[in-house]
Amino acid sequence: MDELVARALNAAQLHGARYADVRVVETTRQAVLVRNGAVQAVSWSEDVGFGVRVVADGAWGFASSHRLEREEAERVARLAVEIARASALAKREDVDLGEPVVQRGSYRTPVETDPFGVSLETKLALLLRADEEMRRVRGVTTTEGELVFIRQRKTFASTEGSWITQEIVESGCGIEATAVRDGEVQRRSYPNSVGRHQQTRGWEFVVEQDLVGNAPRVAEEAVALLSADPCPDEVTTLILGGSQVALQVHESCGHAIELDRVFGAEAGFAGTSFLTPDKLGNFRYGSELVNITADATLPGGLGTFGWDDEGVPAQRVDIVREGLFVGYLTDRETARRLLCLLGPSPYVTGRSNGTARASGWNRIPMVRMTNVNLLPGSWKLEDLIADTDRGVFMDTNRSWSIDDRRLNFQFGCEIAWEIRGGRRTRMLRNPIYTGITPEFWRSCDAVCDADHWVLWGTPNCGKGEPLQVGHTGHGAAPARFRNVRVFGKV
Amino acid sequence: MLGEGKVRGLLQEGLARSRADQTELVLLSWDGALTRFANNTIHQNVAEHDAQVLIRVAVGRRIGSSVTNRLDGGALERALSQAVQAAAAAPEVPDFPGLPGPAPVRRVVAFDEAAAVASPRWRAEQVEGLLRAARAEGAVAAGALSTGVHEVAVANSRGVFCYHAGTRVNFSTVVRVDDGSGYAERTAWRLEEFDVVELGLQALERARRARRPREVRPGTYPVVLDPYAVQDVVGWLMYAGAGALAVQEGRSWMNGRMGSRVLSERVTLWDDGCDPDGVPLPFDFEGVPKRRVVVVDRGVVRGPVYDTQTAAREGKDSTGHALPRAWPEAASAGPVPGNVFMVPGDAPLDALIRHLDRGLYVTRFWYTRLVHPRDCVVTGMTRDGVFWVEGGEVAYPVRNLRFTQGYVQAMAAVQGVGSETCLLGDRFGVYRVPALSVGEFTFTGVTDF
Repeated sequence: MDELVARALNAAQLHGARYADVRVVETTRQAVLVRNGAVQAVSWSEDVGFGVRVVADGAWGFASSHRLEREEAERVARLAVEIARASALAKREDVDLGEPVVQRGSYRTPVETDPFGVSLETKLALLLRADEEMRRVRGVTTTEGELVFIRQRKTFASTEGSWITQEIVESGCGIEATAVRDGEVQRRSYPNSVGRHQQTRGWEFVVEQDLVGNAPRVAEEAVALLSADPCPDEVTTLILGGSQVALQVHESCGHAIELDRVFGAEAGFAGTSFLTPDKLGNFRYGSELVNITADATLPGGLGTFGWDDEGVPAQRVDIVREGLFVGYLTDRETARRLLCLLGPSPYVTGRSNGTARASGWNRIPMVRMTNVNLLPGSWKLEDLIADTDRGVFMDTNRSWSIDDRRLNFQFGCEIAWEIRGGRRTRMLRNPIYTGITPEFWRSCDAVCDADHWVLWGTPNCGKGEPLQVGHTGHGAAPARFRNVRVFGKV
Repeated sequence: MLGEGKVRGLLQEGLARSRADQTELVLLSWDGALTRFANNTIHQNVAEHDAQVLIRVAVGRRIGSSVTNRLDGGALERALSQAVQAAAAAPEVPDFPGLPGPAPVRRVVAFDEAAAVASPRWRAEQVEGLLRAARAEGAVAAGALSTGVHEVAVANSRGVFCYHAGTRVNFSTVVRVDDGSGYAERTAWRLEEFDVVELGLQALERARRARRPREVRPGTYPVVLDPYAVQDVVGWLMYAGAGALAVQEGRSWMNGRMGSRVLSERVTLWDDGCDPDGVPLPFDFEGVPKRRVVVVDRGVVRGPVYDTQTAAREGKDSTGHALPRAWPEAASAGPVPGNVFMVPGDAPLDALIRHLDRGLYVTRFWYTRLVHPRDCVVTGMTRDGVFWVEGGEVAYPVRNLRFTQGYVQAMAAVQGVGSETCLLGDRFGVYRVPALSVGEFTFTGVTDF
């Protein structure tokens, strides 16, 4: 392995690269899927390969291969330089990475119980039992349960002298029940929707979720939703459950603060951002209760690591402080560019804050969310509901959509309850809310406390061409928003 | 590229090493490159060479699977062993129909040498041609141009072996002029079908016309949809409801509507994996030949596509639309149509607009998500050019709108179908679709851009 890395770096330099880095990534994944009482998938996969990224003639090139062979390392490095020279045909200015980054060391996700050491029989028994509990409930038509375990070993080395090894372990799980009657289709999921909740932890994470204990409730709610009234169409007070707040942070803040996106790198695909550099340090993003950080050092998050994929150490940075927009997610190139654009300030250092992440050996690192978190407030959820005279409490995402500048959003949730006189009353189906990002966050007047705060995992974040599916974390607790348009007739 | 002989040898070696009762091996290889540009410069430029073997084994009625992209004999043996261990631990799948047996597969040519050998310099020169034109017009272009070769092969212990190699070229661009933006996109397997500069100029012209947009109130309007927007409508109808598993589980828009005229009689949709006007793949990931399946015939819902398991449940034959069963996600998704065609009409795009008295002309939809499966209700945004039409003329550009719309109802309200079709792709398949005129489409929100 070391020889392959050294050969690739040497070959890149010999062919004219001014800068080169190599990443060797080996990913092992186990997935177990149970559906309607039957095992649908018991799958194990391994994916290995390496990528060589170079700057030559002042432009970027990248090539990658699954063949971990010395000759292939040289071919791929040569191709990366050829690609960089082609890029230079259409360059306006040379790539500027700023000061060299020299890091050496290793990092390993701390786990209590290695999930790959737990027997397949134990995993299947857990899912089959949760599935059985859901299917006991009359009226449920489809049940599903999933476990996913990932171990990724990475080596990063650069011509600047960095050499880093990391081992990241993720565990994910989820169950869902679907009920169908007279053309109405309703679904409930736990702990989160879109398959699962996930963290960089071991088997202990799965045990804590108590899938079996939650299975009857999940199924009963799916069936009850069939008879529930649609969410009324009104402008009202909205309380969101923690997992939905996490997705709201992800879509309306996390993507908007990616500095490559702000500079137009995603204009042809994912879009741009309304948080333009002129707003840094002076734009009121949310109310004074809104404090958002990007923190790759938090234990357990899907955005937790030792170093990013440019070899920059994991960091915690402020994004929104008491409602004020104060920070972006940056990699080496965009951090440097922001400094050139705005000059130094308390918000601009010119140094990467360590958010360059690649989804695998065959993709380039790009600015990605780490753990982007809404910090906890001071409320208990029961007190927050008691303090709300009239409103709607929505939980668990069902659909999500936001425009290409991250302003106009619309989210559907799986379930809602009407709030009347400080009490949670009738169940509502098909709840949807819509709004404009800064107006919405400025209307936030309460965030629940640390007891309600969960570091949610989003293992399905899409960005880039070729598409990269990233894994991001979002700490969040339930929160309240005023004057929000909700509806439920679809 | 590995080539058929090497692939056959590799898969035969794998089958010989397997100790399972039944074994299925799927090989997927991709040798491709993508040149990406933004702010009138190439900012990302990448190449990838990967090949993986997807393994599904049956020990009795117990099923296990594994995937590896290490192709040496030892790694394949380890992966086979993982799959057998998984099967041994799993309970029986009572309705496992067994692996399919061999059936004749049509040879379909979808390999273009020019696309296969396109160099980094060729891609950069194409992109630079567009960027030069953009700079000259004061425009800013972003997008991506990709070329590559894929190989798919399926072999199983019942004697199936099929192999297909094809090329793929994709191009998309968003061009901005001041506060206006335009879009162009194409998918093909032949390089000669591509004119990057011409497509870029189409996007540039659209951007120029989209400048200084005015606000239009949310509401229900007649619309003309460009093929880019139509692809989204057709794509969701296919992905979210035209597979047999969705129908069997009662969550498809087809449920209770089979044999009924639910969509406009102007709407005919079919799937054909052998048509070279798409990006063909003549067999599915179980090695079953792809049949031509008419999903909607002149507005009448005819039925979904099948894989072996969903077909066996109904005593039918697979139509050849299985996803790779070693992917856990395939178990939830079930079979899906991936080579979709919509019958064109006889009206050029200009004529569709001319017949619109008051309404909107939409370039494309963005970030669309399923809100409710029954009527395939979808929400999303317009993007890169939306225009108010008055008296059959494009009057002025308008700001982007959010819509929440049943796609079944939209296709029921089709009043005109464009005479030209475009081949477009997304993550789930490729679609050859025309422009459409739709009588009612509901917009539920606006933006300030």
